[in-house]
Order: sequence, then structure tokens, then C-alpha cells
Amino acid sequence: MRQKGVINKPLEARTASPLLVSLSAVFLGIIAGCIFILCLGKNPFAGFERILFGALSNTRRIGNTLGMSTQLILIGLSVAFAFKTGLFNIGASGQMLVGGITGSILAYYLPMDMPRFIYLPIIIVAAMLAGAFWGFLSGLLKAKFNVHEVVSTIMLNWIAYWIVYDFIPRFIIDPTISVKSKPIETVHTLRADWLTDLTAFSTLNYGFFLAIIMCVVVWFILQKTTLGFNLKAVGSNRFCAEYAGIKVNRSIMISMAIAGALASLAGLTYYCGYSNIMEMGKMPNEGYDGIAVALLGNCSPIGIFFSAIFFGILKMGRGSLAATGIPTEIADTIIATIIYFTATNVILASFWNRIFHSSFEKKEEAAVKAALSHGDNTPVSQMTKEKFKAYAKEGKALLKEEKEVR
Amino acid sequence: MIQQAAGIMAAFLELTHIMCPLGWEKPLNYVIEMLDIWKEFPGIVANGGITLQVKEGEIHAILGENGAGKSTLMSILFGLYHADKGTIKVRGKEVDIKNPNDAFDLGIGMVHQHFQLVHNFTVAENIIMGKEGGFVYDIKKASRKIKEISERYGLSIEPDMVIEDITVGMQQRVEILKMLYRDADILIFDEPTAVLTPQEIDELMQIMKNLAAEGKSIILITHKLDEIKAVADRCTIIRRGKLIDVVDVKTATVEEMAAAMVGRPVSFKVDKKPCKPGKPILEIEHLSVMNSKKVLGVDDFSLTIHGGEIIGLAGVDGNGQTELVEAITGLRKVESGHIKFNGKDITMLSIAERNDMGLGHIPEDRQKRGLILSAPLTSNMVIKKFTKEPFAHHGLLDYAEIKKYSEEIIRKFDVRSGEGADSLAGKLSGGNQQKAIIGREITSDPDLLIAVQPTRGLDVGAIEYIHNQLVEERDKGKAILLVSFELDEIFNLSDKIVVISGGKLIDIVNTSETDEHAVGLMMAGIRKDGGK
Repeated sequence: MRQKGVINKPLEARTASPLLVSLSAVFLGIIAGCIFILCLGKNPFAGFERILFGALSNTRRIGNTLGMSTQLILIGLSVAFAFKTGLFNIGASGQMLVGGITGSILAYYLPMDMPRFIYLPIIIVAAMLAGAFWGFLSGLLKAKFNVHEVVSTIMLNWIAYWIVYDFIPRFIIDPTISVKSKPIETVHTLRADWLTDLTAFSTLNYGFFLAIIMCVVVWFILQKTTLGFNLKAVGSNRFCAEYAGIKVNRSIMISMAIAGALASLAGLTYYCGYSNIMEMGKMPNEGYDGIAVALLGNCSPIGIFFSAIFFGILKMGRGSLAATGIPTEIADTIIATIIYFTATNVILASFWNRIFHSSFEKKEEAAVKAALSHGDNTPVSQMTKEKFKAYAKEGKALLKEEKEVR
Repeated sequence: MIQQAAGIMAAFLELTHIMCPLGWEKPLNYVIEMLDIWKEFPGIVANGGITLQVKEGEIHAILGENGAGKSTLMSILFGLYHADKGTIKVRGKEVDIKNPNDAFDLGIGMVHQHFQLVHNFTVAENIIMGKEGGFVYDIKKASRKIKEISERYGLSIEPDMVIEDITVGMQQRVEILKMLYRDADILIFDEPTAVLTPQEIDELMQIMKNLAAEGKSIILITHKLDEIKAVADRCTIIRRGKLIDVVDVKTATVEEMAAAMVGRPVSFKVDKKPCKPGKPILEIEHLSVMNSKKVLGVDDFSLTIHGGEIIGLAGVDGNGQTELVEAITGLRKVESGHIKFNGKDITMLSIAERNDMGLGHIPEDRQKRGLILSAPLTSNMVIKKFTKEPFAHHGLLDYAEIKKYSEEIIRKFDVRSGEGADSLAGKLSGGNQQKAIIGREITSDPDLLIAVQPTRGLDVGAIEYIHNQLVEERDKGKAILLVSFELDEIFNLSDKIVVISGGKLIDIVNTSETDEHAVGLMMAGIRKDGGK
């Protein structure tokens, strides 16, 4: 009955899934946080209760948490997209600034009476194009001059930083506070009245829905399109991709441009939706947090969505920690610890694999025993799953009995 | 008196004659005994009760197809794996080898297939590395010892030679020296002849005999039966993790050993109809290509390949074969000269354009270039044409078509895997990976098929299959360029042999009008008319 060319897949111990590994990292991070809080002589449960309280206790706080998560989702997607093509985008901060300044300038100069359904697409497309260009520069440098993208993206971060430093006073300065841009009028941000009303004046804005849409778009590109196939091939084995006739350099530039566009969109949601002002001389941290989000989310869009919301909770809830006398840096420490554990996912995976393996071996022993007691000589590797399970259960009982007799 | 003495002498001689075989039987104290070794990996019994007994001073070959369990067995002996069951005895004493250091301490040394040498160090420096002995090391004393060992076994190695200046064959002898310097008296050779010219192979065989004569015990892992026939005393044959037979090489025939290894009779000669060359498919004109060190790797090379013929490119590894193939396929820039394919100049065309014109390529490194190991077979089978109909419509992949196509290749070329088309390429055995690549290339129906080392590291069954596939393509009128470091393979398949040395074309000869010796000399850069 079986398909030709398929050797009967042998029964073997299960292996740790990325989800399990990520959850273990989170768990260990939280344990580490508890230990830190205990060291300070405070109650860790009270601490985590405060974090959850600060992030989720009312609709406004939930809205703020989602508003914060919006950037993290988009940056996470940006980093993950580059990862899939074998590139490390650590320039999300600069790309955010580029998107932010593009959006802010347009918000300042476009006429106020422009209909929103025309205005919003304009700033979204403009910001994404600007970010795509910024990412493309790194790709170009890598493709043409073999400049490593880590180096070029960091450099471009600082170029973006100084461009913003120059552009704020030149185009969009708030004359009363001369280091910040003039706050954008609400009608020119991504905020929407119904969302603001629903969440009691939180920072939640259309950006959140853009982020969800982008999760789907990224998933679609990577899974369903020839472009995604192309990029993933380059990411998994560029030598084979080259041999197969895929233009590796072109793929690197496209991938960096898309990553740049996603990060830039995050900048738009941040500066024209979340904070609505740009400060001179401030590099957004979210660009680096996004790396953690992507790692914890195993670079899959759905994983990134949840890990971004998780980090959003920690980041929003930290403010409330102060009430218990626990320093707010504890939340950052937990994030950092989680990043460490996610980065060492190989160790976590092998830990679980060892546990699965030894439990499988025990079951195997029991199953063999039960099978023999029925006069069945089939080796375990050729049993069906159901049969194996039944035998294992029976064998366990047999072994237990034996022990009791002894 | 004299007669009596002579009688006693004769009787004595007769006695020693009778004793002699007994005397040889005496070292039944095997130097290595691996008894009833079991090692299981998930789903596979790699070693199912294998016994290996090596006598002192003998050359003992281990013969088996790929995946038969040779490597696992040697890894257990070398301390890289631990056996599930079974005992290992070294010089009669039961031992527990936990890691390679334990193996070293027991006097077991291994000459790996890939040399572990530092290229800009001298021979002496390479040999004493890790054994410097104290903070200040005495290189002169070490050099004296190295020279002494080298002379004793006829290795002809000078301690102050620098690795990058010496030939591959000499580098291998440095590896052997390294083992001897560390007082190893059990030497494991893992496929030692893969990178050598025929002349160097002869030298190595002689060295192995010298070593054995001096009392060293040698385990030779190989799939080349004629080498076993040439040097080995006994041969342990394993198949699918089971011990099949231990044969005395003197009395066994090559055919018998091959049959025992594969489990059925094997034919070594490929049945070929006479070659019927058609129109020229590939014309290379005065081609020069730089290698990675920015010197000419291919130098003024001209060659024409017609449809319906197999051209075998013979040469020692690293003499410009890689650069030539990469220039034809578009992976490397051409310095000067032209490449014409089906009459059209393709020198400046992209890789994809060449692929589309009907150029097939079985790459040398199947895991680096040939496949994406982390991707399923489906993706790998369409890697060259995933953007084209019917596999994609308007930029969207058609997984159903891709799967259908992949399954067709898998069925036709008998690619075996755990989960069919959805198996990850990296989970396949080497032979099945190669079958998948060959299936992909042949199914695209190319006019020219470049096959580089198509059977490297594969077992006899797979080699036979791949050879037949190549000949079948030739008979369909395709042009085939076969690049191989194995002269047997070149002679077996090629209609014409082209010899390359130092990037230059040395000569083109008809296979029927030459022999291995002549080609071997040309591979060393010596032309048959005596010129260089």
C-alpha cells in the first residue's frame, strides 16, 4: 500500500519543536527575573503581578501595550525576513528613523483638508519606499563591494540619525521646545477616533492592523511566491542557488529592500501614530528589540506576532514596577535573559531531545516486553504508532507489577 | 658422519617447514579484536553484530558499500561513538575507548581522507604540533627523528619542506609520518587513494607493504577492489551492518568480493555501443580562466565535444578541472577565449540563460552546490525552473505540480527517502542525493551534461546505475563531459580522454588506443612525445 520510494518511516523519539524551545526560554527568563527580584528582597509574584497590571489591567493599558507591540511586530518581521535570506539586518533603527522622518515631513506639509483615505496610503507608501531604499543601499554595498551587511547597516543607522538631526530643525521643528519636532495633528497620524475611544485615549492606532496585514504578506511572500522561494534558496545555500542560476546579488538587494520597508513602516507607526513627535539625537531602541522578537518567534510571522506582544507587555508593564520598589530595569533584565536563552536555543533543544529520548527508550523497553509476552517479535522500529502505544502502556503495567512482586 | 649430519639437517629443515605455518599461526593474538559490535541509530542498525579481527603485521581491508557500516565501525574503534553492545580488545586486553585520545594512547592512528595539515608550516612543525613537549621545543631533535622514520619506511620526506610546496601524495605521507612519530602501530587508512595519480597510488601501496613488513598493522578502508587485491592480506566484507565474510585476498577473486559486498553479481565493464559522434555541441576556443589565487587556472584550453560522445577529462585534482567546468557553466568569469554552445557564443551569458539553453551540470560537491540540504526534495527538484510554467503561474508557486514532478523523478531514478518528496534533502544517503541530482539534470533533457566526480563516495550498486544512465544519455545523442579523478571511471565510460595538467590541455587520445600508464604520465604533465 505504501508509496513507492518511501521507506517505512521508523518510530523514533519526538524532537523539540521551536515553540517548546521558545517557551522554555521565556520560562527561564522569568525564573531569572524572580531570582533577581528575590535578591533585592522583594516579592517576585508581586512584581509580575504589577507588570501584568501595568500592561493589561484596563482597556487603555491594553491599547498602549498593543500600540507598543505594533513596532515590535514590524521590526521582528523585518529582521526575520532578512534572516530567511541569510542576512542579518541590524539596521532596523536607522530604517525606522528614515520611515519616521519621511512620514513626519509629509504630515507637516501635506494639506490638512486632504481626505484620510488618500492621505494615509500616501504616507504609508512613501515611508515604505524610503525604508526600502535605505535597506537596498546595504544590499547594494554587499552585492557590489562585498561589504558585510552588519557593518553597512550600522553605518547607515548613524547616517539616518544625523539626517534626522539635521531635518528636524530644518523642516519640522517645534519652536517652543527646540529639540523636538512639532507634534503631528491627530488627523495626520495613524490614530483613529474609534480606536482612541475604544481604548480610552491609548496609543493604539491603525499601525497595529498594518502589522497584522504585514504578517500575512510576509508569510505569503515566503511560502507562496517564486520570490520567496528564490530568497529562501539564497538564504539556505547560496552556492546551490548560484549554481541553479538564481541571481544571488539581486536577491540580496531585494531582500534588504523589503526588510528596510518593513522596518520603515515600523518607524511610521512609531513616529506618526504612537509618539507623534521626533526627538533630535535619539536612536530608537526598538530596532534592536526586534532582533529578540524575531529570534523568540523563530522567524515565523505568527511566532513574531505573539513574541512581540509578549515583549510589549514587559515593556509597558515595567513602569508599574516602581510602585513595589522594584527597579523598572528588572523588566529589561528579563528581556535580556530571554534573549540569551533564545540565542542558546541549541542547548535548550538538546535538553528536551534528551528527555524525549530517554522517555522513548523507557517506552521502547516496556513495549518490547509487552510484545514478547504476546509472542510478537516485530522490532519496535517497524511497529505502527497505535500498536506501540498500546504495548508501551501494557508493558509499563507489567514492569510495575514485577517491581511490586520484588 | 656427513651423511648422518645431512640427514639430521634434512629432517630439521623438514621440521621447520612443518613448523613454519604453525609459527605463522602463532600470532593468533590479534592486535585488534572488535567482537560482536552493535550500534543502532534511530531507525537504522548501523552495526549489527560485526566482528573484526586484525592480526599483527597484516594489511586488513574493510570492504563495504556506502552506508554498510564501515565508518561507524571505525568511529567506534577511534572513540568517536560508543558501541551499544560488544567488546573491543587491543593486543588481547579489553579496552574502553571513550575518545580519540584514548585511541591514540593505545597506538591507534588514522590517516583521514582530508588531510589535517597547516599549509604554511614545515613538515616537522606539522608533525610535532600538539606534541611539542614543554614550553621550548627542540625542532632539531624532532627533525632528526622524522628523518629517521622517513628513511626507515621509504617515505622520502624531508622535515624542512613546507606543506604548500609539496604534492598531495607527499602530504599524505606527512600524515602517515605524523602517526608514526606518535608511535602508532595500528594505522587506519580511510579511502587513501582518492586524490592520488596512478603512480602515486603505486608508491603508497609500496609504503603500506613496508609498514606491514616492519610489524605495523594496517586497516584499509576502501571500495577499490584492485587496491585490496594489490596489498591486503585479508578482507572483512560487510553489508548493511552485517558481517558477510572474511576472505583471504590471495585466494578470492575480485568478482567474488564484489558480489559479497553488493549481494549480487556485479559487472565492472559498462556495456557500450560504439560511439556515433554527431554535430559539435560545445566548442571551447583558447579559453583562459583565473583561479581563486588570481593566477591562470585554465590556460589557452581548446576542446570540442560532439553529441553522442563521452569525453573524459583526466587529471590530478586541482589542475584546472574546477575552473574549466565553472567557466563553461557560468559560475566563473572567463579571462579570454570563447565558449560556444550549439553554435552560439555563451561566453557572456548568465548561468540561468545557459541552463535554459540545455546545459546540465552534476556538480562536484553535491552537498554544497547540488542541493539545499535544509529544503525538501520537492524544492530541490525544481530549483532550476521554479519560476517557469507549470511550476509557477504569475509568480505564485504551484505546489501540486512541483510535487507531481518531484515524485516522477523520485520514481524514475529510484531515489529512496524517509518521507518521499517531502523528505529533507539532507536526510538522504549520499547515493540517493546523487541520484536525485542526476534525476533532476537528466529529466531537464540537456544537450550537454557535465558530470563532475559523479560517483565520488558512492557504492558499487549506485556507481553501476549512474554509469549506465550516463551511457544511456550518450546513446540518445547528448554530449557528455565527464570529469573524474578515478582513472577506472574515465577508462570505463569515455570515448575519448582529454588530459589536463597545470591548466593546460596535454593531449586528446582515443580510449581504445591508450592505457592507464600513458595517461598517468600525461597527468603528471609529460606528453607522449617526450615534451613537457
